Amino acid sequence: MPSLIKALKSQVGRKLMTGITGIGLMLFLIGHLLGNLTVFGSPDAFNLYTKKLESLGPLLYVIEAGLAFFFLYHTVLGVSIWLKRRKARPEGYDTYKTKGGPSHQSLASRSMIITGSVIFIFLFIHIASFKFGATDTVMIDGEPARDLRALIIEKFTTPAYAFGYAFVMLLAILHLSHGFWSAFTSLGMKHGEGSKKVQAFAYGFGIVLMLGFIFIPLYIYFTGGEGSLISY
Amino acid sequence: MSDNMKIHLKYWKQDGPTAKGFFEERTLDSVNEHMSFLEMLDVLNEELQLEGKDPVEFDYDCREGICGSCNLVINGQAHGPKAETACCQLHMRNYKSGDHITIEPPRAAAFPVIKDLVVDRSAFDRIIEAGGYISVKTGSATEANSIPVEKEQSDVAFDYATCIGCGACVAACPNASASLFTGAKIAHLNKFPQGEVERYNRVTAMVDQMEAEGFGDCSNFGECEAVCPKGISISAIAEMRKDYVKALW
Ligand code: FES
Repeated sequence: MPSLIKALKSQVGRKLMTGITGIGLMLFLIGHLLGNLTVFGSPDAFNLYTKKLESLGPLLYVIEAGLAFFFLYHTVLGVSIWLKRRKARPEGYDTYKTKGGPSHQSLASRSMIITGSVIFIFLFIHIASFKFGATDTVMIDGEPARDLRALIIEKFTTPAYAFGYAFVMLLAILHLSHGFWSAFTSLGMKHGEGSKKVQAFAYGFGIVLMLGFIFIPLYIYFTGGEGSLISY
Repeated sequence: MSDNMKIHLKYWKQDGPTAKGFFEERTLDSVNEHMSFLEMLDVLNEELQLEGKDPVEFDYDCREGICGSCNLVINGQAHGPKAETACCQLHMRNYKSGDHITIEPPRAAAFPVIKDLVVDRSAFDRIIEAGGYISVKTGSATEANSIPVEKEQSDVAFDYATCIGCGACVAACPNASASLFTGAKIAHLNKFPQGEVERYNRVTAMVDQMEAEGFGDCSNFGECEAVCPKGISISAIAEMRKDYVKALW
C-alpha cells in the first residue's frame, strides 16, 4: 500500500490532483461569472455583492487561501509535468505528426503550458487591479463601500485592458476545452461513447463560461460604459 | 504492379547509446508496392552492404504484427500512417513514387538507442517484473467453466492482453509516458479472478517501476491509442488510475 504522500507524488496522483484542482477552479469560475453578471443588475447590485463578499471576514480569507492553494498546486503540477517531459525525451523527433483518430492531440492539449502560463500572469494583474485597486467610496445601505463597479467600467473602457482581458479569456477557453475532458479522464472516466458526450459538454461548458467573461469587458468597452444593460 | 517506386529515405544512424546520432539519406529506385516497410529496409541494407557499408540496424522478429519487436517512427508517426498496423505489416502501397520518408527510433530517455533504429526496451521488462504476473497457485487446468468469468470482463481483458509491448505508445506520447503499456498490462491481469488476488500490490508496484524508469507523465493526449497497433483504448489508463487510488485504502 503506498502512503498518501507517495501516492500524491506518483504520476497517477499528480494527474489526479491536476484534475481535482482543475475542477475546483472551474467551479469557482462559475461562481465568479455569476457574481460578475450582477454588474448588469440594479445600479447598486455589483457593489452590494462585493460588499457582501468582503463582509464575510475570516471566512473569505479561508476561501481565498483555499483558492490560492488550488491554483498554485495546479500550477506546480502542470509545470512539473511539463518539465518531466523534457527529461523523459531529451532528444526530440526531427519529424512528428499526430496519427489522428482517437488521439486528443490538438492545439488545446499541446498548448496547456502556454495558455496556463498566460493565465498565471494574468491573474496577478487581475488581482492587483481589482482586489487591491484604488476605488472611490460609495454609500450602500447607509454604509460605506468600495465603488468597484466604477473601477470595472473605468478599466474596461481602456482598450488595452478590455482586449487584453478578452484575449486571455479566449486562451482560457482553449485551456478548459482540454482540461475539462482531461480532468474526468484522470478521475477514471473510461474512453467510449460516454466520454464523447463529456467532451462535447466540456467544449460547450468552456465556451459558454468564457464567453460570459468575454462579454462583460467588450460590452463595456464598446458602449463606453453607458450601454443600456447597465443601469445608473 | 509497379516495381519502380522511387523512395527518398532519411534514416537515423547512431553507433551506440552515448554516441552522437545523425541522419543519413539515400534514394531507393525500385521499390515494389507489395513490399512491407521492413522489406524495403532489407533492400536498403542489401544495397549498403554491396557497397561495403554498414547496414542500418532495426528491430524485428515475426514480421506478422504479433511479437512487438518492430517499432519504427515513420514520418513522425509510430509504426507509420496506418491505424492499428505494426510497421512490419505496413506495405509500400501506402506510399507513392517520389515520397520522402523519415525513419527515426522511438525517442525516450527510458529507451536508450543501442544502434541506429534499435532501442533498449528492457524498461518494459522491468515493469512486468515488478508485478505483471500471477503468482497465486491456480492448480492444474480445471474444467473451463469452473471459475466463471463474465463475458464482458473476459472480452475487455482480452483487448488489453493484445498489447505486444512494442513501445509505440511511448514513442508517440508527447510526454514519453508508458501509461498505456503499463495500464494495459495491469488491467488485463486485474480483470481475472486469478489476477484479482494481487490486484493492488500489482498496480502499486508497476506504477512505481514505470516512474522509476524515467517515463513521462500522462497528459491524456490519447496519442498512444491512435498509434497502438492493437488499438488498445486509453480506458486502460483509467483502470490503472482507479486501482492505484483504491490501493490506498
Ligand atoms: S516484427 Fe513482430 S510485430 Fe512487427
